[in-house]
Order: sequence, then structure tokens, then C-alpha cells
Amino acid sequence: MGGDFSLWVYLAKTPLLWLTVTLTAYVLADRIAAATGRHPIANPVLITVALVGAVLAITGTPYGTYFEGAQFVHFLLGPATVVLAMPLYERRATVLRALAPMLAALAAGSATTLAVVIALARLLDIPQPVLVSLAPKSVTSGVAMGIAEALGGDPTLTAILVILTGIIGAILVTPMMNLLRIRDMRARGFAAGLAAHGIGTARAFQVSEVAGTFAGIAMGLNAFVTAILAPLALHLLF
Amino acid sequence: MIASLALILLAQLLGEVLARGAGVPVPGPVIGMGLMFAFLLLRDSAGLGLSRFLPKPLTDGTLETTARGLLMNLSLLFVPAGVGVVGRLDLLRAQGAKLALVLIVSTALSLLVTVLVFRAVAARVERRRPDGEP
Repeated sequence: MGGDFSLWVYLAKTPLLWLTVTLTAYVLADRIAAATGRHPIANPVLITVALVGAVLAITGTPYGTYFEGAQFVHFLLGPATVVLAMPLYERRATVLRALAPMLAALAAGSATTLAVVIALARLLDIPQPVLVSLAPKSVTSGVAMGIAEALGGDPTLTAILVILTGIIGAILVTPMMNLLRIRDMRARGFAAGLAAHGIGTARAFQVSEVAGTFAGIAMGLNAFVTAILAPLALHLLF
Repeated sequence: MIASLALILLAQLLGEVLARGAGVPVPGPVIGMGLMFAFLLLRDSAGLGLSRFLPKPLTDGTLETTARGLLMNLSLLFVPAGVGVVGRLDLLRAQGAKLALVLIVSTALSLLVTVLVFRAVAARVERRRPDGEP
């Protein structure tokens, strides 16, 4: 028994174990999602997080230890953003033709998100520091954390709200668009990327490559616009 | 494969340098995306003949395959940050119900307004010159 335990103590500290747990849980989650026919509720991020979270809780492993292994996966977020250039390049003619609707939807979407978040948070009496952390929640996490920090919010809380927003958006987008009978994959993808950043983009790529391409563009553009609008909106609405 | 990864990382690194150096509120990887796009444009412009001087994996489709592999599994990359949520549930508990309401309502409205504006403007612009895109 003692031997088993010391093996566990050793393994629990290596990046190998937690990297393996992350990848295995994802493969399992992806199988579950595929088995449901990619039903929006069976969101792979949500399932994987629940599985890994359960393993950490059962083994009493602190998040910091887990992240030492998982950081190799986390690191790839940057390169994955860079390679969004590929679908964008391959479909540049389609994208260029949709420039006017994209810019209009970007302006309307960014402004609505900020206004609704701030107005609702005021209405519900959510304290000021939490509100500031909420404001950039539709933006990809790295930028959102930067925005929150600059405005005096809590970047850790922002990161959590960003991830939750992404999962909520990825779950909502397909049923909502089907209900509205919107078949234009450009519009569907653009909305997913604007409202739910990278997680919405991942969902959009599952549905169609056109949707994924437009989601990637929306994510990039919204990061830029929200970084400029968030301080203005917080200033105006107080 | 390695040449492709090196190019992708180089684009990100340059993006990061530009973002920090110029103090623009755009994340380094997003600028990196722009740089990668510019690279692809230059690579494929026949007039420059740049492709002759580039390592083969950057021109024979390996770069595209690497990119597709990353994008196919974009969901996986959010897992480590997502697991952080599980560890911080206490932070959410105090304002949980209110925060859930704000997140769900604002995300739904954000999707709705974006898609409707996109569709309305697209219909207006494309009425005169219908394209093939469904």
C-alpha cells in the first residue's frame, strides 16, 4: 500500500499525469458529444471540465498542480488564434463581400452586450468591482482580463465569467438560430464569435467551416472594439 | 510540421512584440493572425515568386494541415482555464443567481442583435448582387 501511495505522490506532481487526464477526458467528452449527434447541451468544454473537475476533487489535487501539466494545452490557445488566418485566407472573397454586414453587426453587437451587462448588473445591485469584471465577458480571456484589470476589476473573476459566457453562448447559439430560422452560416458564425469568443468559435467550426471562419473574425474584432468601448460605457452609464 | 509550427509561433511572437511595443489594445495572437494572413497573401502572389525560397512544408499544404488540426480541437484548449472555474465556485456562490441571470440574458441578446443586424444589412447589400453563398 505504501509503495502505491508513493507512486501516486510522485505521479500527482508530474505534468505527465495531468496532461494525460486532460487529453483522456477530452477524448471521452468528444465521444459523448458525438454520441448525442453534437447536441448543443453536450458541449465538449463543459463535459471535459466537469470530468477533470471531478478527478481533481476526488484526489484533492490543487488547481495549481493540475495547471502545471495542463499549461501545455493552454499554451496552444495563442497558436490556435494565429492559424484562424488559414480559413480566413481561404475564404477571403466571401469575407470581403460581407464586410458591410460584419461591421454593422460588430458595432451593434458589442454595444448591446456592454449596455445590457451594465444595465442588468445595476438593476440587480451587483457590486461595482464585480460589475467591472463582468463588462468585458464576451471577449477572449486574455484581453478580457487586461480590460478588467485596467478598469479596477478582478481579472480572476473575469476569466471565470468569460469561460462561462463562452459555454452559455455555445449552448444557446444553435437552438436559437434554428428557432429564428437563420440559415446564413456567415451570420450564425459571426454572432457566435462575437457573443462567445473562442468557445463559440469552436462550436461554430463543429457546425460549418464558413460559420467557424466568421466566428474567428468576430472574436478578433470584438476584442478590439470592446477594449475601446468598455471604459467609455462604464464611464457613461454611471 | 516543425517548419509550420515555427512559422506559427514566429507570427505570434511578432504579434506580441507589436502589441506590447505599440501599446495597442489588441492581443498579440490576434495581430499574429493578421501577420499570418499577410504571409499567405505574399506566399501565393505569383509575381514575387517567394515560394521558391521557402521551406517545402510551408508551401505543400503541411502548414494548412497543421492549422486544421489545431482548429478541429479548439474546444480542448479551453479546458485548463475552464477547470479553474470549478476551483473558484466559492467566488461565484455569493452572487451566483444574479450572475447567471446577467450572463444568460446578455449572451442571448448579444447573439440575437448580432445575427439580426448581420442578416438585415446583408439582405440590403446583397439584394442587387446575389452571391452563391447560402
